[in-house]
Amino acid sequence: MLSFVSAVGSVVLGTLAHVGGVFKLLVQTLFWLVIGPFKKKPPSRKNIFAQMVFSGVNSLIIVFFVALFTGIVLAMQSAYQLAQLGAVMYVASLVAVSMARELGPVLTALVVAGRVGAAITAELGSMKVTEQVEALQSLALNPVRYLVVPRFLALVIMLPCLTIFSDLMGMLGGYLVGVFNLNINSGMYINITLKFLTLKDIYTGLIKSVFFGMIIALIGCYMGLNTKGGAEGVGRATTVSVVTSFILIILSDCVLTGIFYFSNM
Amino acid sequence: MQEKDVIVEVKDLVKTFDGRTVLDGVNLKLRKGETTVIMGGSGCGKSTLLRHIIGSYVPDSGSITIFGKEITSLEESEFDKIRKKFGMVFQNSALFDSMNVEDNLSLALREHTELAEDIIKIMVKMKLELVGLRGFEKLMPSALSGGMRKRVGLARAIAMDPEIIFYDEPTAGLDPIVAGVIDKLILDLGKKLQITSIVVTHDMKSVFSVADRIAMLYEGKVIAEGTMEEIKHSKDPRVQQFITGSPDGPIKFFMDSGGYLEELTK
Repeated sequence: MLSFVSAVGSVVLGTLAHVGGVFKLLVQTLFWLVIGPFKKKPPSRKNIFAQMVFSGVNSLIIVFFVALFTGIVLAMQSAYQLAQLGAVMYVASLVAVSMARELGPVLTALVVAGRVGAAITAELGSMKVTEQVEALQSLALNPVRYLVVPRFLALVIMLPCLTIFSDLMGMLGGYLVGVFNLNINSGMYINITLKFLTLKDIYTGLIKSVFFGMIIALIGCYMGLNTKGGAEGVGRATTVSVVTSFILIILSDCVLTGIFYFSNM
Repeated sequence: MQEKDVIVEVKDLVKTFDGRTVLDGVNLKLRKGETTVIMGGSGCGKSTLLRHIIGSYVPDSGSITIFGKEITSLEESEFDKIRKKFGMVFQNSALFDSMNVEDNLSLALREHTELAEDIIKIMVKMKLELVGLRGFEKLMPSALSGGMRKRVGLARAIAMDPEIIFYDEPTAGLDPIVAGVIDKLILDLGKKLQITSIVVTHDMKSVFSVADRIAMLYEGKVIAEGTMEEIKHSKDPRVQQFITGSPDGPIKFFMDSGGYLEELTK
């Protein structure tokens, strides 16, 4: 009994320590992001652009791929349901709204967490275990400023951009099914999409993706910078990073959707 | 001999990792312009001591002063001002994999100085010339041999013209010639530029070629400290055993505490 209590206790304490660590990292990141430039220590622009290319531009194809096929599947599945109500043409609005509000931001975030979050943890983790992080410190370069801030900024900027493309590709997928399979007139499909899709649907999705970007960057960097124990440690940290990001993305999606829903946004 | 200014002072430093005491009250003074060698067997806490001085680890108790400033309670931004005055050569070089040799060397210059890019390029060339690797600017660290990486690591450590350089096992794993070159570099930097050096090593050849003063660390304590002659003629059997590298003596190879037969027949 006692060992059970102590086991639960140590898990809780361990988790709390990690939560504290991530918040500390967030505070430090925001400090270097906001206060740093005034102290003549802005994050390196070259690094930020390199990270934006890596996390944004290089993720485009896989995001396109996932969103397009999600749109197609979504259209087919909803057509199957809506056909029973005789309202097949509403496939257009259903695909558009669910892509913009939910699937666009979430699926993009999950793809990017798997691709970029894992890469961040693996890179920072191997830097940590080969003393490169210490080497940075010994050169009086703050690892948070030098390593975390560019990745954080890149993800917070690029994830919403990717989400916009993802929304569009999802709608294109729906359009393909609607026009070529359900025989909805092309102009009609676009009209219905535009009629039901409001700006609010899009920006709530984008607000979500900003939060997801923060989650992916913070968890990825935190796990990387706290890697211990050689190559195996890097592997473990990467797994934990991706799993944690996934869980937090879904969890915060639920919370944010709740907030938007109950505040009638 | 005239007492030189003490620029690094370690007092009663204690550090415990998972219940194992690694540093158990270390006292050490490092004087300006001198090369102090910290020697001791593997796992005696040499590298740990160094990591405390550069601020990677926070001690459980005790104090470290560098340039008269207590660093264990110093704010990160204040500490960075001190860090700019020292360089560190890491055991495994710790070069940044994602950057070529030139960027490795120029990173600190770009970040901390307002120097123009062409001046930085010239400075990088000069530092590489010092370690005999001019012309290797565009290579990535993965394309270099262990000895070359170490020399680049040394060049990176001196890129900002530091006042103190810390060497963590600078000659470990190098062939005798490269090791000799590194030793000569350490000497040159100390003598010509009045740089204070702290060398952590267990390579006795290196110890006797570079040291002004030697401190021997054993079981988390400094057991002997003095000039090279004093250490060479030390009466302490532990010091003598370490110098001669004898397997028999007060320093035991076996870390366990007896009961071998019992453990086998348990």
